[in-house]
Amino acid sequence: MPRAGTAPSRRTCLARWPWVLLLLAGGAAAQEDSLPSLTGTPGDAVRGRAIVTTRQRGLCLLCHSGPFPEERFQGDLAPGLAGAGSRLSEGQLRLRLVDGRRLNPQTIMPSYYRSEGLHQVGPAWQGRTILTAEEIEDVVAFLLTLRD
Amino acid sequence: MRRAALALLLAPLIALAAAAQPQSGFELMAPETQAMQRDDTANPGMLWVQEGEALWQQSGCAGCHGDAAASMRGAAARYPVYDEARAGPIDLAGRINQCRVERQGAPALALEGEPLLALGSFVAHQSRGLPVAPPADPRLAPARAQGEALFRERRGQLNLSCAQCHDDNAGRRLAGSPIPQGHPNGYPLYRLEWQGMGSLQRRLRNCMAGVRSEPFAYGAPEYIAIETFLMSRAAGLLLETPAVRP
Repeated sequence: MPRAGTAPSRRTCLARWPWVLLLLAGGAAAQEDSLPSLTGTPGDAVRGRAIVTTRQRGLCLLCHSGPFPEERFQGDLAPGLAGAGSRLSEGQLRLRLVDGRRLNPQTIMPSYYRSEGLHQVGPAWQGRTILTAEEIEDVVAFLLTLRD
Repeated sequence: MRRAALALLLAPLIALAAAAQPQSGFELMAPETQAMQRDDTANPGMLWVQEGEALWQQSGCAGCHGDAAASMRGAAARYPVYDEARAGPIDLAGRINQCRVERQGAPALALEGEPLLALGSFVAHQSRGLPVAPPADPRLAPARAQGEALFRERRGQLNLSCAQCHDDNAGRRLAGSPIPQGHPNGYPLYRLEWQGMGSLQRRLRNCMAGVRSEPFAYGAPEYIAIETFLMSRAAGLLLETPAVRP
């Protein structure tokens, strides 16, 4: 123990407080920036790819582009999906899919696993999330494979 | 080098100037679609205009209004206008039906039905080439404000507002198609996706369903409020009825 026998003075104790606070705040922010698995079971990347590239299910390519040469019509309203798995962790990807509004209330990214706090939802969609928990896990698993 | 720096400095200013000037959805269309709109013999919307002209004659509109080319010129550029009976704005389709019911003792035409689309197209066509010129009528202010609030309100399961696409992301590509600024300067218009003619309300309903929200019923005051706002937002753009859109 390097500090054995040297009782820290009151002054150094106080001086350390800001660091402790910063670490605490950092820890809280890190927690807010990611989410644990919704199902406890790893998703299926193959199914996830199908969700991402199927316009009516994932809707992803309306706004995002990605490494899908077979998909002719891709959007440019949002960051490209290529390399998503190296830029963001599993938990970070999950939070951004589940409810990106927690990070940026103004985001145009829909919250894929949230059904409350919405307005004038059509009858066919009321009380339903855009994707199921299993589908979110599948998409997360797929996005993690996009490494470059 | 200096020229490049100057261009960098000026680019945001030029972009700002461009943003201040409304841009018709026409500008974003493929050249073939633009050519289809420009050529009256190729523009399918002209069939509705011709049908509307026949209805104008048959329904006796000319008895009061005379030659539509003179009496209707400019109407579509102004509407919606304030209507005493409604104590609020009335759109062109609403005025046509009001005229039928109250002055001709005829039944109202079904909203979005072909006869009303035809008559509306014929009347609006008389303003083609005129700038959108919403009236400076203070009685329209509440509807305009309501329309703007609806334009900016997030809605539906996808939780998107009109403004998030048509203000914030206009010109970018949604699934490969450029997002227009969303101006109402060509209605009723022929939409290739519809293979038919439709009103602004039909188009608004498409977007509302697209974000998985419950559209208002045809003729709802909310649509007319949105139209009142959109017309003020489009002021100066030239009327294109019958426009063609993808």
